[in-house]
Amino acid sequence: MDKELLSGNEAIARGAYEAGVQVATAYPGTPSTEILEAIGKRYKGDIYCEWSVNEKVAVEVAMGASFAGARALSAMKHVGLNVAADPVFSLSYIGATGGIIIVTADDPYMHSSQNEQDNRNYGRHAYIPVLEPSDSQECKDYVVWGIKISEEFDTPVLLRLTTRISHSKSIVELGERVESPKPDYVKELSRRVILPAFARKLRLKVIKRLKKLAEFAEIFPENRVEMNDTKIGIITSGISYNYVKEVAPEASVLKLGMVYPVPPYMIKKFAESVDDLYVVEELDPFIETEVNRLGIFPKGKSYVPLYYELNPERVECALKGEPDPVPEMPEDAPLRPPVLCPGCPHANVFYHLHRMKMIVTGDIGCYTLGALPPLNAMDTCVCMGASVTNAIGIEKALGRENAKKIVAVIGDSTFIHSGITGLIDAVYNKGHSNIIILDNRTTAMTGHQPHPGTGKTLMGDETFELNYEELAKACGATYVKTFDPYDVEETAETLKEAFEHEGVSVIVSKRECALLARDRWKEAMWVDVEMCNGCRICLQLGCPALGIVDKKAVIDEVLCIGCGVCSQLCPEDAIKTHKEASAKEVK
Amino acid sequence: MAKKWDIMITGCGGQGILLASEIIAEAAMLEGYDIKKADVHGMAQRGGSVISTVRIADKVYSPLIKYGDADILLAFELLEGYRVSKYVRDDGVFIVNTQRINPMPVASGREKYPEGLEDKIKCNAGRVVFLNALDIAKELGNFRAVNVVMIGVLSRLMDLKLDSWKKAIERLVPAKHLELNMKAFEKGREVVG
Repeated sequence: MDKELLSGNEAIARGAYEAGVQVATAYPGTPSTEILEAIGKRYKGDIYCEWSVNEKVAVEVAMGASFAGARALSAMKHVGLNVAADPVFSLSYIGATGGIIIVTADDPYMHSSQNEQDNRNYGRHAYIPVLEPSDSQECKDYVVWGIKISEEFDTPVLLRLTTRISHSKSIVELGERVESPKPDYVKELSRRVILPAFARKLRLKVIKRLKKLAEFAEIFPENRVEMNDTKIGIITSGISYNYVKEVAPEASVLKLGMVYPVPPYMIKKFAESVDDLYVVEELDPFIETEVNRLGIFPKGKSYVPLYYELNPERVECALKGEPDPVPEMPEDAPLRPPVLCPGCPHANVFYHLHRMKMIVTGDIGCYTLGALPPLNAMDTCVCMGASVTNAIGIEKALGRENAKKIVAVIGDSTFIHSGITGLIDAVYNKGHSNIIILDNRTTAMTGHQPHPGTGKTLMGDETFELNYEELAKACGATYVKTFDPYDVEETAETLKEAFEHEGVSVIVSKRECALLARDRWKEAMWVDVEMCNGCRICLQLGCPALGIVDKKAVIDEVLCIGCGVCSQLCPEDAIKTHKEASAKEVK
Repeated sequence: MAKKWDIMITGCGGQGILLASEIIAEAAMLEGYDIKKADVHGMAQRGGSVISTVRIADKVYSPLIKYGDADILLAFELLEGYRVSKYVRDDGVFIVNTQRINPMPVASGREKYPEGLEDKIKCNAGRVVFLNALDIAKELGNFRAVNVVMIGVLSRLMDLKLDSWKKAIERLVPAKHLELNMKAFEKGREVVG
């Protein structure tokens, strides 16, 4: 049998292929992005796949495919499921025609997220089963299981990953693709039109379904007991299972592949057969609560911390009843926080906003780093799209006369995801908002995915390219302009004009992401030390290629892509390209 | 006891750490080992500290290495190597690229890049190899080859077949850069006498 080293996300993609999935959708979000990327790269011949404009849209497209009898999968990061929650709760009532899986990739420790929500809770909340794999092989297998369970029990299935599962690689045995059902639309009014009268009946179906799923959990082979020494018994799931096996190889383990609903009889029997019972799980006491409901009270969250990622040493200390360990790190090592990339086109915009002392409502993406020193150019960052709407609220509170001091900054992909509704709201409610769309021609933070503003699809096809200016005008913005953020003067002028304008303004800062452009930029900038007076204005850009040595600016020639913004800012004209420098020598 | 290697790779976002850990894992897989490898993507990659772990044995559960248990540390940057040096066993092996990349607090002049890190690292390790992989890569004509130079050094200190390393590099490096990377690998191997 063929074996491959796959990440959890790549294995989910493989699972979709093998399970006969026909339609897959997602909006990119760390740590889930590579699922659809892998489907787009390797399986687009068999699976229609798309970057949807947001997670709600993604789930609704997948749902439509299921209505028509196709197998479908929709993937998102944990907070994406908040956006998609509305259709997901209805989908629970409607159930599955073609099997349908919602993949949620949670982010314990918030490696790349704003919160640490535990999406297993959505299973309990929406009455849908939750599968939780603990390595890449299980990621693949659980997609296949998920489609089976979905079709057999007429339910969507929630497949819950965490960052460590999504981004860890392990060996996977590959299988063949099963034959998919031929899509065929059959009208079923009483389940797909969830009018109150129909929904009341569906509610009863959902409750009955959950009972049947709990019975199935008793015989589901991925819920298994590994009986060992009976002194300690541990109920666990997901990545925590691996840490348990690592630090307590002698313990007996009940590993749950399906964490909701749990198998009551299996848990009771396991609890009776061991002296000391633990539940080891990351984040919320989810399994623990289910175990408590059976009248069993194991050692759970009073031992295992409620916050951040677990790891082998944390689990080891929890099982010993010792305090949570803190790794010893050298105190004399300066931190290395993430920064905007060398040549990032956003830097110049933030440089000006900081100098203009604006109230900047921010949004989700690389550009959130503009909040950090030395740029210090962001006041808020809440969730996708909130920059635009937060700005409206601040303006309404402070009064119209202060509108000129408020600006919303939002990335191109984020604007399409959920900034457009805010723009319409601003115009409709007679606001004076200023909105800057940072258009770097890609979804940069998650690794450069195309979106409707790029004119490319995930399948690699050319498509209609959204025109931000036309869109903004159609929504009622009265000052609309595109500018080049590598041109310092043009940037300063455009910002000034837009902020002074009376109605809603939308300006587009258009320049390709520096990470994509850097291979085409050849020449690094260069500092003439004799001319540099050490004023440090260039350092205010926060460009990682710029530094200071002996009170003079220096440029790292390996990092610099030659965007030239620092050179335009320099009052002494001390930063040049090498070409300019050699021309001067010839003279 | 069967062979096992717990390898920690550290450096800065953009140094090619992900590719390096892929090559190690692929080479070990070619020899039939079980592997778990953990990376962090997203925000941290924007010039921040990056850590990747590769665990190789007959059977591996956790993708993360227990604090103080790493056998080998492959540090792509001096300060980053020092930062995680306590994760390595007392008799562990350190392979350290002495290249310095100033973090933002240092570049902006608010803090200083600490001195004497080589000596501090030596105190923590069983065996240490220092090299300037950036200079070697620049001599070869492409500073992005730093990661494969490092792999070359590592290959001398791990008991995997030369052929497995070469096959792994062939599989994972884009064809147009293969020749350069093979040279970088050989140069790395020459570092260890």
